[in-house]
Amino acid sequence: MKAYEFERRQYVIAGIALAIVLIYIIRLAFLQLAPNDYEEIAWNNALYNKIIFPSRGSIYDRNGKLLVYNEPAYDVMVITREMSDLDTLDLCKTLHITPQEFEERMAWITDRSKNPGFSSYSQQLFRPQISSADFLVFQEKMFRFKGFYVRERNARQYKYPYAAHVLGYVAEVSGNDIANNDYYKPGDYIGKQGVERSYEEVLRGQKGIEVLLRDAKGKIQGKFNDGKDDQKPIPGKDIMLSIDIDLQALGERLMQGKRGSIVAIEPSTGEVLCMVSSPTYSTFDMVGKQRGENIMRMLKNDNRPMFNRAISGTYPPGSTFKPSQALTFMQEGIITPDGTSYPCARGFRFRNMKVGCHSHPSPLSVKPALSTSCNGFFCWGLYYMFGNRSKYASIQDAMTRWKDYMVSMGFGYRLGIDLPGESRGMIPNADYYDKHLNRWNALSVISISIGQGEVTLTPLQIANQGATIANRGYYITPHIVKGIQGGTIADSLKTPHYTMANSRYYEEVVSGMRGAVTSGIGTCRGAQNPWYEVCGKTGTAQNRGHDHSVFMGFAPRNNPQIAVAVYVENGGFGATFGVPIGSLIMEQYIRGELSPDSQAKAASIASRSVN
Amino acid sequence: MLYKESNNKGIFKSLDWFTIGLYVVLLFWGWFSVCGACYDYNKPDLFSFDLNSGKQFIWILTSLLLAGALLLIEKRFYFKTCTFVYIMMILILLITIFVAPDTKGSRSWIPIGPIKLQPAEFAKFAVALAVGKYMEKYGFTMSRFKDFYKVVLLFIVPMLLIIAQKETGTALVYLAFFFVLYREGMTGSVLFAAFMFVVFVVVGVKFDEETTMNGHVSVGEAWVLLLSLLSTIYLVWRYCKDNQVVKNLLFVGLGAVVLAYLFSAFVIPFNFCIVQLIVNFGVIIYLGIQQVITKSYKYLLIILFTIAATGVYYTCHFVFSHKILPAHQQTRIEVLLGQNNDLQDAGYNVNQAKIAIGSGGFFGKGFLKGTQTKLKYVPEQETDFIFCTVGEEEGFVGSAGVLLCFLFLIWRLIILAERQPDTWGRVYGYSVVCIFLFHLFVNIGMVLGLTPVIGIPLPFFSYGGSSLWGFTILLFIFLRMDAERNFKSK
Repeated sequence: MKAYEFERRQYVIAGIALAIVLIYIIRLAFLQLAPNDYEEIAWNNALYNKIIFPSRGSIYDRNGKLLVYNEPAYDVMVITREMSDLDTLDLCKTLHITPQEFEERMAWITDRSKNPGFSSYSQQLFRPQISSADFLVFQEKMFRFKGFYVRERNARQYKYPYAAHVLGYVAEVSGNDIANNDYYKPGDYIGKQGVERSYEEVLRGQKGIEVLLRDAKGKIQGKFNDGKDDQKPIPGKDIMLSIDIDLQALGERLMQGKRGSIVAIEPSTGEVLCMVSSPTYSTFDMVGKQRGENIMRMLKNDNRPMFNRAISGTYPPGSTFKPSQALTFMQEGIITPDGTSYPCARGFRFRNMKVGCHSHPSPLSVKPALSTSCNGFFCWGLYYMFGNRSKYASIQDAMTRWKDYMVSMGFGYRLGIDLPGESRGMIPNADYYDKHLNRWNALSVISISIGQGEVTLTPLQIANQGATIANRGYYITPHIVKGIQGGTIADSLKTPHYTMANSRYYEEVVSGMRGAVTSGIGTCRGAQNPWYEVCGKTGTAQNRGHDHSVFMGFAPRNNPQIAVAVYVENGGFGATFGVPIGSLIMEQYIRGELSPDSQAKAASIASRSVN
Repeated sequence: MLYKESNNKGIFKSLDWFTIGLYVVLLFWGWFSVCGACYDYNKPDLFSFDLNSGKQFIWILTSLLLAGALLLIEKRFYFKTCTFVYIMMILILLITIFVAPDTKGSRSWIPIGPIKLQPAEFAKFAVALAVGKYMEKYGFTMSRFKDFYKVVLLFIVPMLLIIAQKETGTALVYLAFFFVLYREGMTGSVLFAAFMFVVFVVVGVKFDEETTMNGHVSVGEAWVLLLSLLSTIYLVWRYCKDNQVVKNLLFVGLGAVVLAYLFSAFVIPFNFCIVQLIVNFGVIIYLGIQQVITKSYKYLLIILFTIAATGVYYTCHFVFSHKILPAHQQTRIEVLLGQNNDLQDAGYNVNQAKIAIGSGGFFGKGFLKGTQTKLKYVPEQETDFIFCTVGEEEGFVGSAGVLLCFLFLIWRLIILAERQPDTWGRVYGYSVVCIFLFHLFVNIGMVLGLTPVIGIPLPFFSYGGSSLWGFTILLFIFLRMDAERNFKSK
């Protein structure tokens, strides 16, 4: 029997088939042809970018001695999704942690608010830098700890315990570091202080990427695209410091038990030869598992051993400021090198004002004033300068002129050394006094002429002044890095900066500073030696407590090789600590060794403490 | 007997080579997809028997041999044996429930030596032959209820047996026979009613939580009640052909609903679903009166439809709010209706399938270059979700191509079925058509996220010997029948 009347129903069935296929093709078009994220999501699913860490550049001293290098360290990593049947106690025992630490760390890892890079599919840092011994044990047991892996990383190692402030250290990146720079991912390391920080990008190199295929279970299935999309890591570059590590070692020894700083600069290049900040810490404290505790302990120490006094500490320069005054007065014509003499009767006395001085011949001109460090001379100089209404319309104008001189000599602003944390010190200007004093005149501010009052400098600025005088009128921005592997240091670290004073007047200052060493009434007599001509200037900076002992000098007088500043907090007279420490530094650098007498002197100074 | 003249030469001439060509194309297209789906980066040899691609290659070769062998078996052989084959199949299905080992919860696989066979995949052709033979019977009338329920039983029994094997997806395929019955004269109202119930459930569940009229009215409830009223009126108009009744229903019933809606929208918001419910009950009573007057069983059937339609929303609401379904089934439905976006668990498969297909773009990523499937992000990618591989590696071009190939196959098979000289051949042909169509509809719909996740294979593409052999047998018995169309067999 043929059901003819239902024959047209073939078209209904064919129509249904057509409709289904059409609807599905339209749906396919929406999925595949309309703009969407599916392709990206698929790649994100499939590709795992394995980071290949470059080796960090090594650090050498100016003579090519290795200071900082890398050694393999082992981080324990975890992929939380793969964890199963974990014997927590065994794991804790192997890694020497408590079960409580284990729980805390796992909670931290999986908390996205604290660990924004968390993914249950990728390796998360579980425990950084386990020891080689622990690593060997862990590696044997690893098959039992499913989901746990070891990542080999390079850790910093140090050859010498010295120059901790200069070198700085590396540590795991903070949340801020990650937020500020896309390059860093949680668990990465970054230079935190010193040249490790200021030359971070040079030292670290560039991470490489190995593009791998990852299956749904997180297992790596091989290289993607035969490794054509991989990026080789670019190793970090080595850098050479201008520091002489032997000089640095001597400086740190001399400063034992004292608070303060030594900065030595090669005047012709601006290279910092040593930079001591005391109290300091050993670079070895920054290595290994104890490092966290060491840092905590130092942060709690009242003497702030992690604080780099050489560039961050600001101090009244005291009499080491006087050469800058002499230069200003001579250049401005307030005094003439030989003609102008001012009286000093154990100090500067005028109206109710009295600035004390020690006994020396009076009246005297600028050279002996520098040699004897006469307060009266420089007070008179400032008094006449600020009071000179024929040259300056007002005291404000005079003050501004004075300030410009100071700034041109590298005071009042950061010098721009290639280290983080530099302070600018303080050079007051007219606005400052207008704001802080109702009415003021030369007498109100007279103490700035002898490096007291509002004036503060960093030890680096004092040393830089020494280098400027040694150069007879210019300085090159002090810097700590001498060379970069396959590159050069920034041009800004090579250009000379001329001060507003003529080199002619610098010669006068040099003579005065030489006199301080040679003349019978000079303040730096202790720096005299048979081998080369030292020029120096002491300072005894007053402060609320015991006076600070300061010295600034350079040697030899002609073709100077080294300028040095020594600042010993509460060390008393400049001659007490400043002069001997400064001359030992110069001797070590120029002669390459200390004479037997000097060795004895060094031992004696190293053993003396200042509280 | 004239069929003695049937020699192989005659058969080869009258064979439908177009369908055979499509079959071969789909077979090898399918193999490439299986290669893409099961490719292992560490074992690049696609013919290795460690991989499903190697095994599938053997299944394909044996299928071709099987197809050749089937072409040699005459139509009358099936006519004589199909009752016996049907009974044997029912017995095998029954025995399978008890002897098959538990494989992921289902008891449908029988291990024979190194391979496992799934009798449910082979039962389709036996059922199709039996259904055809029953309808070939002299005096069979579809509209006679006695005949109708017997033919329905012929495919409902194996379906229930397969459900008992916990292979619900495979069992649902047997619903495709309703379309065969439709072609043979079953009233279209059955399909209409079934379709409407799917609409009621989807609308009711999807919009249940959505409210209107200041929160007085559930959008899902209102729509389902309105649609059930409208479909009732349509059925009365279409099958009872009493215009007066239709007018009464339209003006009074629908009128009351519209008034209630307007009152709620513009005067005082209230739950006008109550009015709709009253109207539906009124309609049921009114149709009952018509039944008494006319004594037509049609009114009775429509009343049953209306009662069920009115109740379906409340049933769904109850089932879903009281979580009566097993949790995984409820989430599957919620995922499908876009109410559950949990991409880690229930929605994971469907979402990863979408990513795989969507990432293919226009031309796809290229043979063996798909990452979603190769790295096992898409589950069941070699079997039920094989279409993902097509979408990812061959892109829109390949996926649309596969769909069009199937459309051509179905279209061609309809033509072949229509040219059969007898009911048996035609019914069998439509069975093949409807089974292929059902597999296509459910499998690709599931991968595209348009139909529920029901695990049935895509013919010729999904990995698996049983389904490949099952579809080959189904198709080639029909091709041999078709080749004999010009013989006078009686």
